[in-house]
Amino acid sequence: MTAAEATLRGRVGDPFSSPWRRRLPLLPALVFTIAITQLPFLVSIYYSFTNLKDRTQSIIPEPTKFVGIDNYKAIFNDPFFRQAMWTSVKMTVLAVVLSLVFGTLFALLLDRKFFGQGIVRTLLITPFLLMPVVAALIWKQQMFSSLFGILDKVLAFLGLNSVAWISDHPLASIVTVLVWQWTPFMMLIMLAGLQSQPSDILEAAGVDGATPLGIFRQLTLPHLRRYLELGALLGSIYIVQAFDAIDVMTGGGPGSTNIPYFVYQESIGGGFRYGSASAYAIVVVIFSIIIATFSLRVLSGLLKDEERA
Amino acid sequence: MIALGRRERRGSRLGVGESRATVIALGTVAWLIGMLWIFPVAWTVLTSFKTEQDASAQTFHNGLTVARYSDVSHSTTGTLSLSTAFTNSLVIVLVSTIIVMLLALPAAYALAIRPVPKWRDVLFFFISTKFLPIVASIFPIYVYAQKWNLIGTRTILIVLYIAMNLPLAIWMTRSFFSEVPRELIEAAEIDGTSLFNQLRSVILPIAAPGIAATALLCVIFAWNEYFYAIQLNFAGASTMPQWVIGNVSTRGNFLAKLSAASMIACLPVILAGWAAQKRMIRGLSMGALK
Repeated sequence: MTAAEATLRGRVGDPFSSPWRRRLPLLPALVFTIAITQLPFLVSIYYSFTNLKDRTQSIIPEPTKFVGIDNYKAIFNDPFFRQAMWTSVKMTVLAVVLSLVFGTLFALLLDRKFFGQGIVRTLLITPFLLMPVVAALIWKQQMFSSLFGILDKVLAFLGLNSVAWISDHPLASIVTVLVWQWTPFMMLIMLAGLQSQPSDILEAAGVDGATPLGIFRQLTLPHLRRYLELGALLGSIYIVQAFDAIDVMTGGGPGSTNIPYFVYQESIGGGFRYGSASAYAIVVVIFSIIIATFSLRVLSGLLKDEERA
Repeated sequence: MIALGRRERRGSRLGVGESRATVIALGTVAWLIGMLWIFPVAWTVLTSFKTEQDASAQTFHNGLTVARYSDVSHSTTGTLSLSTAFTNSLVIVLVSTIIVMLLALPAAYALAIRPVPKWRDVLFFFISTKFLPIVASIFPIYVYAQKWNLIGTRTILIVLYIAMNLPLAIWMTRSFFSEVPRELIEAAEIDGTSLFNQLRSVILPIAAPGIAATALLCVIFAWNEYFYAIQLNFAGASTMPQWVIGNVSTRGNFLAKLSAASMIACLPVILAGWAAQKRMIRGLSMGALK
């Protein structure tokens, strides 16, 4: 008993008693993460004040020199950058919200016993497992394509005019593919939420004569809130970086170039202007930090909930 | 009464007091949605067994054949062969995932079981690195990879995939570790169990399903990754996504071959995901928020 208490409080003879020994297991991961994600970022900040270009890509290599804040000044006169920012916002918000809504609805349908429940769940999660490149190719070549596309064949069968899906509606086409892929992920998270509901409370509510709708609104929805927030957080982290679908389906363009694709085109995707591309990237990081601050507040809310629980 | 009768029926907790007709109707809706969602994949599977003429016309005159699968696996048109790309992907995915888990497990231990001071800030730091746009750090990585002759090697992708998956892996394993009852660890300590044995015989058995789910997500994200792969890793060290893209042709019909290539490239991850789906849901519910 006293030994247990000692272990709990004082940690007598505990190999992890000193704070540094406790930190030791954390260090490899921390050092690696700082080296691979933070150092390059600092180098990017330095690049953003220079006119650095890829030497192998120009006939007469310009000497790299310090240009002050010229790169940053140019950003605010760039309408294409503003357009890409706006596209990024629309693409991320639409894809996250739609896949959360569908994912929740599908999870509610799957969280009940019916014939073939496991098979339907298996069918639904499959798109999430596909390579984003393959998902984009399938939709581009088999669904949207004006040459081979199923959608046009269906329209023709119904006697309607064909639609140039990708070229006329690039954003909607890309969001469709993103929602198709991310709905299963959201569904998994929401299923996890539904299955972690304490069933005795639900049963008690049922015995007390609560209606299914009442149970859903009073008990299930509040319980799911944290899972919705988690889904939104993880979904936006990944979807805001969307690159593959854009590269495969449109290769950029007014309606579909998001921020990652824009910076890519400015730099290694053809522009090779690392200096100015870095400045764009830094501006994006500043915006990301603002968004992340809000998201991380959500996250800390999640962690505090846990402590109270 | 009804509620008690349903107690045994797992996964139908919302269906308190529903009629049989409602259950069947909602089941049918679920089936229809499932078929709708799988349709593009199912169609691609069908296309992969067609002849090129049938595939392009979306018709079905010449029956089914596996010839496209043998076409793409023995293709000599591109510079990249299936076996090269597959080996590269396999090595990169396995090595990076193993290292991710080796880094994440001790870190999770230090965040959950014997939390360091300010562990919450440390966790935030790891997650916050996922908010940094990849593009913000890609040029320095590209420039230095060029300088150190790492472009077109497996090494550069392994390093970047570790960085890509580590925050998620730490976040998830930490939540699984925090599920391990403290009493068990303390009991093991009193018995004088060494740290390594505590991990092996107390912590890991309880957290194992979650750790497996975490590793699987890392494998999925690494196997499917495309941006770093095309930017930093071409020619001899190319991975499966590049091999699939290589089957898109500007000359002649390619739809059936592309479909076959897509299926070959996605099958390993699809099978793994199917096998582990229950575990993944359980993993997420066990500790996604803890």
